Amino acid sequence: MSNCFEAIVIGASSGGLEAFYKIFSKFHEDFSIPIFLVQHIKEGSDNYYVQHINRASSLDVLEAVDKIKINRGKAYVAPPGYHLLVEDKTSLSLSADPRVNFSRPSIDVLFDSAAHVYKDKVIGVLLTGANSDGALGIKKIHDLGGYTIVQNPETALSSEMPRSALAITKVDEVLELDQIASRLNQLDGGNNVK
Amino acid sequence: MEDEKKDNLALQCLLDIVEKIYGYDFHEYANASLRRRVTGFMLDHKFDTYLQLADRLLYDEGLFEVFLRQMSITVTEMFRDPEFYKSFRENIIPKLKTYPYIKVWHAGCATGEEVFSMAILLHEEGFLDRATIYATDFNQVALECAKTGIYDASNVKQYIENYNKAGGTSGLSEYYTSSYNAVKLRDFLKRRITFANHNLAVDRSFGEMNVILCRNVLIYFNKNLQNQVLKLFRDSLCHKGYLCLGSKETLRFTEVENDFEVVDEKYRIYQRKS
Ligand SMILES: C[S@@+](CC[C@H](N)C(=O)[O-])C[C@H]1O[C@@H](n2cnc3c(N)ncnc32)[C@H](O)[C@@H]1O
Repeated sequence: MSNCFEAIVIGASSGGLEAFYKIFSKFHEDFSIPIFLVQHIKEGSDNYYVQHINRASSLDVLEAVDKIKINRGKAYVAPPGYHLLVEDKTSLSLSADPRVNFSRPSIDVLFDSAAHVYKDKVIGVLLTGANSDGALGIKKIHDLGGYTIVQNPETALSSEMPRSALAITKVDEVLELDQIASRLNQLDGGNNVK
Repeated sequence: MEDEKKDNLALQCLLDIVEKIYGYDFHEYANASLRRRVTGFMLDHKFDTYLQLADRLLYDEGLFEVFLRQMSITVTEMFRDPEFYKSFRENIIPKLKTYPYIKVWHAGCATGEEVFSMAILLHEEGFLDRATIYATDFNQVALECAKTGIYDASNVKQYIENYNKAGGTSGLSEYYTSSYNAVKLRDFLKRRITFANHNLAVDRSFGEMNVILCRNVLIYFNKNLQNQVLKLFRDSLCHKGYLCLGSKETLRFTEVENDFEVVDEKYRIYQRKS
């Protein structure tokens, strides 16, 4: 597999805020692959956590608005109450469609749309969580040739989400939370995988 | 030809049939969510391919009605984004009060919760009798529901919370009667509302408005159709008229950006410049 990934999608539920904080604070300075992120969060919440992650990171982390342009070196977070989807390789879109897996934003919705647009050029990362959202999405990314990473359920704050994904997909890597940022740094830096 | 292109061709073919036979044009809807809704429908109704579905839709009007409902997502609530209503009350109402008479258009009103919220707000400002409210959607089933003003009681707790955050000056319970599992909004709120079927993708302007609300509808359109509809809104607003969008929709980077002043970027309230 070559190194030319064009996007990273990351999803998490309970325990995710801490996990995201840890990962985002370790990205290298000139990290360039755009990142799209879903954290399950109560509808109507403000975006304090986006700012929190943004402050910790060398990346520009912002909440997505509809049809926002995708830029390198930025991370786009799904707003509470909206699904985030990859519209095409240049822009993201939102939808207020019904919840999927009781969640809006839903990780499956993002991952599915990302797999469709990017095929083998996307990295999917699924972290801690206490439900099974994201499992089908990881499978879709894997099936279309993308690269898949799941946090080790044994050590994740909540194990169900990574466990559900592993149950239906033979993912590329199962990693400890601490290893994920450095792995993504490597993948971004152009080191070959496999 | 790549599979992807073939897949797209089949989807376009399906959309052609829907447009030519039933008059609903979905070609310029946002790709990602359109695809998701169509494939969701196919899964539920056991179609394996776009063309299988297209073939059935050619002759099956009943199925089309169901399809249409799936394509038009009507998720909504009363006083959705309460801070928007608060900002509207504080920033826009005082300006509107200088007019003897105003017209308000809710484009994509779904099942009407947003329209009744506005009627309540105008009533509390002593302004409802000087307003005419047009509430439109292209989903007739949703419109019929809007006309009844009857809603599931299980949502009311959330609506009360929203109403209070929105700066309501009384209690939401003043405005509805409860029975069994439902609440019915009081009839006087409806007096100034006209419900009508209107498709933003194909139908024309609705006359000169002082305020247009189109919230959480544009997200379903692609950039092209968004610009087309935004121009329709611009041309339907009177001098210094207001346009209100959903909380994650913005005029920035659109073709009408320069035709509007920003009143409140956070809550997406804009004013036509001239
Ligand atoms: C998510 S609801 C928004 C309801 C409400 N405005 C709110 O923000 O809560 C979107 C509505 O847009 C309507 N809609 C979608 N496409 C439309 C079109 N081309 N013309 C008119 N209405 C449309 C749908 O039928 C649906 O009722």
